[in-house]
Amino acid sequence: MTIDELSGGARPGDPGDPDRLTPGGPPGLDAAGTGEARPPVDPLAVDDDDELEVPAKATVVLRRGLAASPELRRGLLATALLGLTVAVGRLTVPVIIQQALDRPTRADGSPDTSFVVVAAAIALAVILTSAVLGWFTQRRLVVRAEEAIANLRTRAFDHIHRLSVADHNETKRGVLVARVTSDAEALARFAQWGLFSWTVNPALILGIAGVMAVYSWQLTLVVLAAYLPVVPLMSWIQKRQLAAYDNLRTRVAEMLSAFSEAVMGAAVIRAYGTQGRTSAGLERAITRRYRARMVANRYMAMVFVVGDLFGAVALASALAVGLWQREAWGLEAGSLVACLFLATMLNGPIADLAETMDQTQTATAGWRKILDLLDRPIDVVEPVDGHHLDPGPIGFEAVGVGFAYRHGDPVLHDVSIHIPPGTKVAVVGATGSGKTTFAKLLCRLADPVSGRIELNGVDLRSVDPDSRHRSVRMVPQDGFLFDDTVAGNVLAGRVRSGGGPALAGVPTPHSPADPGSWSGDGDDGRVRAAFAALGLGWWVDRLPNGLDTQVGERGENLSVGERQLVALARAQLADPGLLVLDEATSAVDPETDQALTTALRRLAEGRTLVSVAHRLSTAEAADLVLVFEAGRLVEHGPHRELVARGGVYTGLHRAWIGNTRRGGGGQAA
Amino acid sequence: MAQNGQTTGTAGSAVDAAPASPSPAPEVGSTTRQGLRLIRELVRLHPLPFVVAVTGAALYAAATVGSTIVLGRLTDDVIFPTFEDGEIPSDALGWGVAAVAAMTFLRVTGVVTRRYFAGMTSERNQRTLRRRLGGQYLSLPLSWHQRTPAGQLLAHADNDTEMSTELLHPLPFSLGVVFLAVFSAGSLLVIDVWLALVAFLIFPALTLLNRVYSRRIEGPAAAVQASVGHVSTIAHESFDGALIVKTLGRAEAEGRRFDGAAQRLRRHRVTVGYVRAFFEVIMEALPNLGIVVVVVFGTYRIGAGAISRGDLVQVAALFTVLALPMRVLGFFLEMVPPSVVSRRRLETVFRQPVPPQPDPPTPLPAGPLSVALRGVTFRYPTVDPAALSADHGAVTAGIAAPIVTGAGPAEAPPVVLRRVDLTIEPGEVVALVGSTGSGKSTLCSLVSGLIPPSSGAIEVGGVPLSAVAEPERAAAVALVFQESFLFADTLRANVELGPAPGPPAGPLAEPIDLGDLERAASIAHVDEFIERLPAGWDTLVGERGVTLSGGQRQRVALARALVRQPRLLILDDATSAVDPRIELRILEALRATKSTTTLIVAQRVSTIALADRVLYLAGGRIAASGTHAELLADPGYRALAEAYEVAGR
Repeated sequence: MTIDELSGGARPGDPGDPDRLTPGGPPGLDAAGTGEARPPVDPLAVDDDDELEVPAKATVVLRRGLAASPELRRGLLATALLGLTVAVGRLTVPVIIQQALDRPTRADGSPDTSFVVVAAAIALAVILTSAVLGWFTQRRLVVRAEEAIANLRTRAFDHIHRLSVADHNETKRGVLVARVTSDAEALARFAQWGLFSWTVNPALILGIAGVMAVYSWQLTLVVLAAYLPVVPLMSWIQKRQLAAYDNLRTRVAEMLSAFSEAVMGAAVIRAYGTQGRTSAGLERAITRRYRARMVANRYMAMVFVVGDLFGAVALASALAVGLWQREAWGLEAGSLVACLFLATMLNGPIADLAETMDQTQTATAGWRKILDLLDRPIDVVEPVDGHHLDPGPIGFEAVGVGFAYRHGDPVLHDVSIHIPPGTKVAVVGATGSGKTTFAKLLCRLADPVSGRIELNGVDLRSVDPDSRHRSVRMVPQDGFLFDDTVAGNVLAGRVRSGGGPALAGVPTPHSPADPGSWSGDGDDGRVRAAFAALGLGWWVDRLPNGLDTQVGERGENLSVGERQLVALARAQLADPGLLVLDEATSAVDPETDQALTTALRRLAEGRTLVSVAHRLSTAEAADLVLVFEAGRLVEHGPHRELVARGGVYTGLHRAWIGNTRRGGGGQAA
Repeated sequence: MAQNGQTTGTAGSAVDAAPASPSPAPEVGSTTRQGLRLIRELVRLHPLPFVVAVTGAALYAAATVGSTIVLGRLTDDVIFPTFEDGEIPSDALGWGVAAVAAMTFLRVTGVVTRRYFAGMTSERNQRTLRRRLGGQYLSLPLSWHQRTPAGQLLAHADNDTEMSTELLHPLPFSLGVVFLAVFSAGSLLVIDVWLALVAFLIFPALTLLNRVYSRRIEGPAAAVQASVGHVSTIAHESFDGALIVKTLGRAEAEGRRFDGAAQRLRRHRVTVGYVRAFFEVIMEALPNLGIVVVVVFGTYRIGAGAISRGDLVQVAALFTVLALPMRVLGFFLEMVPPSVVSRRRLETVFRQPVPPQPDPPTPLPAGPLSVALRGVTFRYPTVDPAALSADHGAVTAGIAAPIVTGAGPAEAPPVVLRRVDLTIEPGEVVALVGSTGSGKSTLCSLVSGLIPPSSGAIEVGGVPLSAVAEPERAAAVALVFQESFLFADTLRANVELGPAPGPPAGPLAEPIDLGDLERAASIAHVDEFIERLPAGWDTLVGERGVTLSGGQRQRVALARALVRQPRLLILDDATSAVDPRIELRILEALRATKSTTTLIVAQRVSTIALADRVLYLAGGRIAASGTHAELLADPGYRALAEAYEVAGR
């Protein structure tokens, strides 16, 4: 006798229909990235993965991945053995039951009840043992895999922060975020659902084939031969499926951009009454996403029945060939039935593996992307035992400095200049002239590709990072703040003191540990003092909650100018010797502007100041003006001198003055 | 949202979603009842694919039961007779093989049909929901957009829509397995009542297990969701501020912060993994244990002569088949709550009333339009903090958002404008001056009809704005923002804003004259930089295209307004990032075209000086009106003008 579905009974779910019930992991949620633990949607991060999805060579990725995660290597053999034991358990239970059902039929009609009871007892023992072992194996796998994923995630995160500003500029932010979120999530999902399957099922297939071979090796070959076409067929479907999912991902991204247009452009759409245009775009994007999804669905519906289909072929051929060749191969009824039964059992693990396949694909793709990221070289390597800068104003010298982004044309050529300590420098030039890049190099946000920068006569590359962070401060123009309080943002600028350990107990923003310590009396006092020193006490008092005012995401509760005020206070607290300021280009309201001017003047006292200037007044007030054009330092000298020279700066100056002075005189056209 | 940053999950997280609804849905009935209502609604929208899917599931159920019968018969009628009689009963074998093939075919067809059409049912519903969402997003007033985080709206279109139809995936299968349960229970009963009763014992066991599992997994699963959201929030923020992190030397501290979140996520995931491992193992063992019981019991029944060998084989097979319906049903029930919650989130959008259009609309007069405000007061609508915190990806809508610093304590909605009266003659050029937070932007949005006043009346061309049809208002009045949204499209499309290629749009679809485009481009000074771009007007802007500087973006936005030849032009600080030299040329050119009334919010004295008249806005009122020279007598205005003078340099 044989029972098709007995094989199904030996495992949860049903081999014939692999909507296999994975609680929490709904069917139909798979490689399309719609799984349960999906990271939140970032409208701008959806489509930034422009690399084409090349199916990763799983073995290569696996080798690299194992090399990168020692947690996975630990106890790998033991886990594999456990998996094998579980597979043996899964295999023996149905065999015992089948034996029990089979045996009484031989005893001249009178059922051999004692044998059945013994068999049942053995089955019971095996079921329980294999359950306990299975539970143990799964726990082991989860713990190891999650440990590896968490560490991989953190390492990727750290690595991203070690990449230079040039790398950051060249990579879309969403892509970087995806590495530590969705790519890692794909791995984690695989660890929860797919890993156990890969541990047990191959062992199960081998085991079944082995037992079958004991009954009849000829029939085993027949069955395996019948299953053989599954391999190329599946790989064909997989390939098509992958392409379909890839297309779907693009369409989903398109649809989200269409929606984001309707949402982000709400004001413009209403102001110009162009709902029709956006609506047409939405309709098109929604429809295209629907079509792409339905194409993907076609393969999803197909992929799960391939095993079932060939299972039936295997069963039928084993039955027919077995009956036909029973004498030649010396088959008995019992062994034929057993073989047929085992053949149907193959269905289970094969269907299971098929189901895990696309999850495996997504996981390996994600894994590979993370590993590739970790392989990206770090440009700015911090020195061991670096030089410590003395307090006080810092002089610097650029010697033949050139810079180019990795995949781009040079942006700075042979810049050489010496700046004595305490100088107020204004750097001017048109957009793209290289003035901002120059400022960034001063803070070692990237290293020059040629030449060098020296601070107080020491090559910037050999300055201790902590000392550098303390002595060189940049106030960027975008005025990014952490989603924290004003005080928290100011304190975020503290650098651990001279070579000692990191400030213990300094909670990072968001840290649940101890939010109160931000506003501890000492800290609060220092922050207040920093604001006061810059003449900004009144500004703090005007905040709804004083220093404890939340600044919102990226500091968006504050205006651009106000964000710079916070950044200046942060710099004041650090007491740097060299201050690099990137002036805001966007309009700052006059009140804040005055506050900024005062604060900056006070902050710059006794320090070297380099301002990337967008305003005439800044250049006028500077001791020295550096004029950049097309990546070269074309002019330098005091404002008056340069104005008189009749060069690039004279032109810039004329443009500036043309507007403001004329307006001031009330002259209309 | 930082205060509750720890608990705030992802936009799609079911757990955080419920309190986020600005106007909570009337909670009628239990989640299950709501789920049933949801199913009824979804199925009614697209009944055909659903019926096909259920048919496929039924087919599968029937074929599965059929297979067990066929195989039982094959054992009894073919295999044993062959070995006992030494001859293959070829008739029976032929029938047997044919029956196996037929059953397999039916089963496979059933699975493919069900899966494909269940997917179709769900996808069609998603399409319908997305269309409705898109329609609402475009029709609801700007004020609604301003108080609803953009990230949330995008999550509605993506994750929520997907989740709310998710229960349609297992539904046909669940219905299909009801047939399966009936078939197999029926055939069990036919074989032997006692055996059937023993077999049925497994049902309560599985139900109980399912229920315990669902309850145990819920908390940890939600914790995982929240942690994933947290990890992603930190990554977003940290990479966003990469430059600051670097300059402050905070990379290590950031690494620790991220690692904290990653390890928390790991712990939650491991907890989920433990729970799952336990239940999965029991789920696997339970049917096996059941079979052992059935076999032992069945053997006694054979001994008692109640059933045959073949009967027992068939019972064992049927029994395993019966285990399936329970799991499918359990799974389906698990899907109901998240789907219902997601749908509730969508309802908050669907339930928003679309403002009525005037009927019949009053036409605007020809030529430059006058403006009159009478007793106009505006206060911000109350912002629901829960709605804002529900999504960390919130992007502020841009204009007229309250500024924390000026707003003071947040109890009452702050009043921005207080009984403002003003008139602007047709063709006049008026500058609007005032310090930060004085309500300039709000006034611009009010005059252009983007937001309605809290009280008072606004007339344009002598017609109340509320009586003007929206297309006509949009054609006649152009507002240019300080930060205008550029569509991810070509520069030409961004200026023309014509209908998108594809289905023709409404009455606004008249093509824009090439001459108009050139004229607008030259006034706004976009032609000079567009000429330098390799693809010229066909250059793509946005994420994948050229990134424009702030000033260039403003010029494009200005050209967009000018090309429509508006009769009332409102520039809300629209040239602040433009190079001052160019700004002046733009404004002079604008001044020369006499066909429009112009209201300019200005922060540069040069701009103010171009105006016929200056309105000085202070304390939510028009504090003074006159020429720049006249207004200098006002100390407040004078201080402001001097500050502008300094800042402008």
